Amino acid sequence: MISADLTIILPEIVLSLFAMAALLVAVYTGKDKLAPVLLWATAAVFLALALWIGTTGSGLRLGFGGMFVDDGFARFAKVTILTAAAAVLLMSEGYMARRGLLRFEYPLLVALAVVGMMVMVSAGDLMALYMGLELQSLALYVIASLRRESPKSTEAGLKYFVLGALSSGLLLYGASLIYGYAGTTTFIGIVRTATEGEMSLGLLIGLVLLISGLAFKVSAVPFHMWTPDVYEGAPTPVTAFFATAPKVAAMALLARVLHDAFGGAVGQWQQVIALIAVLSMFWGSIAAIGQRDIKRLMAYSSIAHMGYALMGLAAGTLLGVQAMLIYMAIYVAMNVGTFAFILSMERDGQPVTDIRALNMYARQAPGKALAVLVLMFSLAGVPPLVGFFGKLYVLRAAYEGGLVWLALAGMIASVIGAYYYLRIVYYMYFGEEREDGLDGGRSPVLWGFLMASAVVMVVGVVNLFGIEGAAQAAAATLVR
Amino acid sequence: MATIILFAPLLGALIAGFGWRVISIKGAQWVTTGLLFLACALSWIVFLTHGPETETINILRFIESGTLSVDWSIRLDRLTSIMLIVVTTVSALVHLYSFGYMAHDENFREGEESYRARFFAYLSFFTFAMLALVTSDNLVQMFFGWEGVGVASYLLIGFYYRKPSANAAAIKAFVVNRVGDFGFALGIFALFYLTDSVNFDVIFAAAPELAETQLTFLWTSWNAAELVAFLLFVGAMGKSAQLFLHTWLPDAMEGPTPVSALIHAATMVTAGVFLVCRMSPVMEFAPYAMAFVTVLGATTAFVAATIGLVQTDIKRVIAYSTMSQLGYMFVAAGVGVYSVAMFHLFTHAFFKAMLFLGAGSVIHGMHHEQDMRNYGGLRKKLPYTFWAMLIGTLAITGVGIPLTHIGFAGFLSKDAVIESAWAGTAGGYAFWMLVIAALFTSFYSWRLMFLTFWGTPRGDRHTHEHAHESPMVMLVPLGVLAVGSVFAGMVWYNSFFGDHASVNRFFGVPVAHAEEAAADHGEGPGEAIEELAEGDLESAGEAVAEPTDAHGPAGEGEYAAGDYPAPGQGAIYMAPDNHVMDDAHHAPVWVKVSPFVAMLIGFLVAVWFYILQPSVPGRLAESQRPLYLFLLNKWYFDEIYDFVFVRPAKGLGRLLWRRGDGSVIDGSINGLAMGVVPFFTRLAGRAQSGYIFTYAFAMVIGIAILITWMTLSGGGN
Repeated sequence: MISADLTIILPEIVLSLFAMAALLVAVYTGKDKLAPVLLWATAAVFLALALWIGTTGSGLRLGFGGMFVDDGFARFAKVTILTAAAAVLLMSEGYMARRGLLRFEYPLLVALAVVGMMVMVSAGDLMALYMGLELQSLALYVIASLRRESPKSTEAGLKYFVLGALSSGLLLYGASLIYGYAGTTTFIGIVRTATEGEMSLGLLIGLVLLISGLAFKVSAVPFHMWTPDVYEGAPTPVTAFFATAPKVAAMALLARVLHDAFGGAVGQWQQVIALIAVLSMFWGSIAAIGQRDIKRLMAYSSIAHMGYALMGLAAGTLLGVQAMLIYMAIYVAMNVGTFAFILSMERDGQPVTDIRALNMYARQAPGKALAVLVLMFSLAGVPPLVGFFGKLYVLRAAYEGGLVWLALAGMIASVIGAYYYLRIVYYMYFGEEREDGLDGGRSPVLWGFLMASAVVMVVGVVNLFGIEGAAQAAAATLVR
Repeated sequence: MATIILFAPLLGALIAGFGWRVISIKGAQWVTTGLLFLACALSWIVFLTHGPETETINILRFIESGTLSVDWSIRLDRLTSIMLIVVTTVSALVHLYSFGYMAHDENFREGEESYRARFFAYLSFFTFAMLALVTSDNLVQMFFGWEGVGVASYLLIGFYYRKPSANAAAIKAFVVNRVGDFGFALGIFALFYLTDSVNFDVIFAAAPELAETQLTFLWTSWNAAELVAFLLFVGAMGKSAQLFLHTWLPDAMEGPTPVSALIHAATMVTAGVFLVCRMSPVMEFAPYAMAFVTVLGATTAFVAATIGLVQTDIKRVIAYSTMSQLGYMFVAAGVGVYSVAMFHLFTHAFFKAMLFLGAGSVIHGMHHEQDMRNYGGLRKKLPYTFWAMLIGTLAITGVGIPLTHIGFAGFLSKDAVIESAWAGTAGGYAFWMLVIAALFTSFYSWRLMFLTFWGTPRGDRHTHEHAHESPMVMLVPLGVLAVGSVFAGMVWYNSFFGDHASVNRFFGVPVAHAEEAAADHGEGPGEAIEELAEGDLESAGEAVAEPTDAHGPAGEGEYAAGDYPAPGQGAIYMAPDNHVMDDAHHAPVWVKVSPFVAMLIGFLVAVWFYILQPSVPGRLAESQRPLYLFLLNKWYFDEIYDFVFVRPAKGLGRLLWRRGDGSVIDGSINGLAMGVVPFFTRLAGRAQSGYIFTYAFAMVIGIAILITWMTLSGGGN
C-alpha cells in the first residue's frame, strides 16, 4: 500500500529531496557562490514538475487513506503554482544579485514553500491541510525577512510571522471544533455530517474559523492588514512571489475545503464568502487610491483581486470554481508581468517604488510603457484584454449563482479600482516632466517577462490559451 | 437586372466616397454618373419589358429574430418600376447637371477642398437609399431606405457646412422628419403586432381582417386598419412635407440646387405618396383615415399655393409649389385613385425637376443671386433655360386642350386629380381647394416666369452684364426633362387614368369588376376615337408600353369572369365599392373644364400684374398688408412652432442640463468620487497603523462579524 501512496506524492517527494540535497551540497561547498546555479536549477525543476504533472496525471487518486488527493483540480493548481514560482525565481536573479541578496537559501526556501503549497492543494484531510499550510508559511516567514540588515524587511517578516501564527491558531481552533463535532478530520468524513439543514452550530463556527485562517493567507478583508506592510518591506522579488503562487495555493485550498468538506452546505458558507469578497473588492479598490508606493499599491490591488476570485467561489457552483481558477491564472499572468516591470524600476542602481517617478515614462521607453499600459488596463478589467474576461467569468458565475447584488457590487468596485490603475497610465503618458525619472532597468529577462505578459493579455483574448476547458475539467472534479 | 439597378448607385457612392483619391475627382464624377446612367437604362428596360405581374427577387436574409423574419428582397411590380424610372432618370440627369453646377463653388476653397467627389458620392448614396425604399418588399427594408434618404437629405441640405443657415436647415429637416418617422415606426410596430409579419404579402392578405380588429392604443380602442393607416400616413406627412410637418421643406432649399431638384422635388418627398399607394390594400379598409388624407392633402395644396404667391426667392417659390403638388397627389390617393396619385407623381417628377434645374441654371448664370426681384429680362441672356422653364411652367400650370387628352404632362395628371377629387368627395371641400390652388399655381408660376425672364433687368447691373447661359452639361438634362414634361402625360394617360380595365392591366390587378367591364364597353368607342386622335403623337410610346392594349376586350372578358381581386394582388388595390375613378370619367363638363379655367384666370392675372401694370402688386400688398404679411411669413407656422415646441424643448433641455445633468448627476458622481471615496481612502490609511495589535484586533473583530453574519444569514436557514 505504502508504495502506491508514495507514487501519488512522488512530485512532492522529488521536490523535497531536491531541496534538501541542494541544501546539503551548498552548505558544504560553495555556499552563496552556488546561488545562481541553484536558482536556475530550482526553476528548471519547477518547470519539469509542472510539465510532468500537467501531462501525466489523470483521474482521481487518493493516498494515505484519503489524506492526500490527486485530482484534476489539484493538478491545475499545481501547474499554475509551479509555473508562477519558476517565473518569479527567474525574474529575481538579477535584482537579488545586484543587492547582495542572492543567498543559496533563497531558491531552496522557495522550493520548500512550493512543496507546502502542493500539499495544500492536494489536502484531503485537516491534518494534511495544516501541515501544507505551515510548511508554506514557515518558508515564507523566512524569505520575507531575507534582507536581515534592513529594518523594514525584518519588520515585515516579524509582522507576517506573528499574525500568521494568530491565523494558524484560529485555523487550528476551527479544525478542532470541526473534528469535535464531525468526529473525523478527513474531508470525506466531514462532508457526510455537514449537509444542508442539519449542520450543528459547532461545525458552523469551526468552518468560519477555518475560512478566517485561509482568508488570512489569501489576504482577504478583514484579514488583509499584513499585506501592504509585508509587500512593502520584503524585497521586491519576494513580494512578487507573495503575490502569485501562495495566493493560488490558498485560494485552491479554500475551494477544496468548501467543496470537498462542506460541499453539502453551500447555503451555509456562501454568505460568508460573499461578504468577504465584497469587503475585499471595495477595501482593496478604495485604499489603493491613497497609495504612492507601487508595491503597496499592488498589495491593495491583490486584495481587490482576491475579492473577485472569492466572488466566483461564493457562487458555490461548478461555473464558480471554474471562474475562480481562470481568474487566478489570469491574475498570476498579469502580476508576473507587472512585477517584472516593478523589478526593473530603478534610478542610479537603486530601486524606485514611487509611482510619481513614472511621469512621462512613455517618452523614455515607449515599448515598455505600452506593455505596462496593456497590463494596467488588463488589471483594471478593460475590454478586450484578458483581465476583462477573468472579471466577466466571475461576474457571470455570481449572477448565475443567484448573487446578483454581489455581481453589481463587483462592477461598482471595479469602476473605483480602475482609478489607480489608470493613474499609472496617466503618469506615464500625460504626466509632467520630472528630473528624477527612471533610468537603467535594462535586464533582458525582465523585459522578456514584461513583454510576454503584455502579449498574453492581448493575444489571450482569442481563446484564453485554452485554460477555460482545463479549468472546467478541474472544477468538475471538485464540484460534484 | 433589378439587383444591378439597386446596387449600381451604392457602388458608385462607395467608389466616389472612399476612392476618389485613387481615381481623381473627375474619375469619381464619371464613375457615379456612368453607373447612374446604366441604372437608368436598365430601369427603362425593366419598365418597358417587365409585365405588370409581381416578381420578388430575394437577395439576402436581413434580420431573423423570433417570429420577425426580414429578407432583403426586391419586389418588382408596376409601382416599383414606375418609381425606378422616376428615380434613376432624374438622378442620372441631376448627376450630369451637377458637372456644370458644382464646377466652381464659392463656399469651398478652390483646389484645396475636394467637395465635388463628396457631393457625387452623397447623390449616389441618396439614389441607392431611394431605390432600396421603392424596391422593398417589406416594411423594415422600406424603413431602411426611408431613413437612408433622410440621412442623405440631411447631408446634402447641410452640404455648405460653413453656412449656419444650411446647418440649421439640415437639422430642422432631420428633426421634423423624426416626428413623421415616429408615426411610421409605430405603424410598422402595429402591423407586426397585428399580423406577425412585416412582409407586404402577408400584411395585404390580412388587410380585410384588420378592418374587423380593434386595437387599444393611447387608452382608446381603435379600428386596427384605421389606426395603422393613420400612423403610416403620419410618416408620409413628414417625408412628403404635408401640412404641420412641412416646415422643413422650404428651408431645405439651402442645399445646392441639383439636390433640391432630385431630393426635394422629384423623388424623396414623393416617398410618402408612394407609401400610401404601396399600402393601398390597407388604406382601402380605412375610410376615415383616407378622408383625413384627402382633407389634409387638399389643405396643404391650398396653403402652400397661397404662400407661393408672395415669396421672392426663386427656389422657395418652387419649393412651395412642390409642397402644393404633393397635396394634389395625396388627395388623389385619399379618394382611392392610387393610379392617379402615381400619375401625378410621375409627371410632376419631370416638370418639377426641370423647373428646379432651370432655376439652378438661372442662379448659376446670375452668380448665385436667388431673389427674383433682382432678375428681369433674362430671356435673351439665357435662351435655352428660358425655353425649358417655359415648358416646365406650361406643364405645371396644366396647359392643354380641354376635354381632350392633348396637353402638357401636368394638364393630364392634374386634371385627373381634380376630377377624382370631385368624384371622391362629391364636389366637396377637396375639389374646390384644388381648383383654387390650381389658379394660384398658375399665378405664381407665371409670376416667376415674368419676373425672371420678362421686363427690364433689376438689381445689380454688374451681375446682369455678366449673366451667361449655362454649359451644355446643364442644358442637356433640361432638354431631356422637357421631353418628359411634354409627353409623359399623353403617353401614359390610359395606363394611369384610362378605363378600369387598362389601369388594372397596367398595375397587374388580376380581376376586374364584372359590372364595370360592361360599363367600360360603353365607354369603349369614345376612348377609341380619342386614342385615334392622339395616335400620331403617342402611338410609338403606347405600342411599347402597352403591348397588350390591342387585346383589351378579350382580356376584359377573361377578367370579368373572375371574382373581385383580393388585396395584395397587383401593385395597387381598389376596393370593390370604389367607383371613384369611373365617376371621375363621367364628371360633368364644368368639372373637367374648371382647372383649365382656373389656370387661365391665374395666367391673365399674372399678365396684368407683372406685364401690363407692374405697379399693381405693390399697391395690393400695401392695401392688404395683414394678409400679405400673413402669407409672406408662411402662415406663421415657424413662429408658432418656435413658440409651442422649440422654446419649451430648449427650456426643458436647459433645465435638464443645468439642474439634471450638472447638479444632480455630476454633483452626485463628483461627490462620490471626490468626497466619499477619498474619505474611505483616508480611513483605510489611518487603519493601516503599522502596529501588530491593530492588525490582530481587526482580525478578531472580523471573525466576530463573520460568525454573527453566518449565524444570521447562513445558519439561520
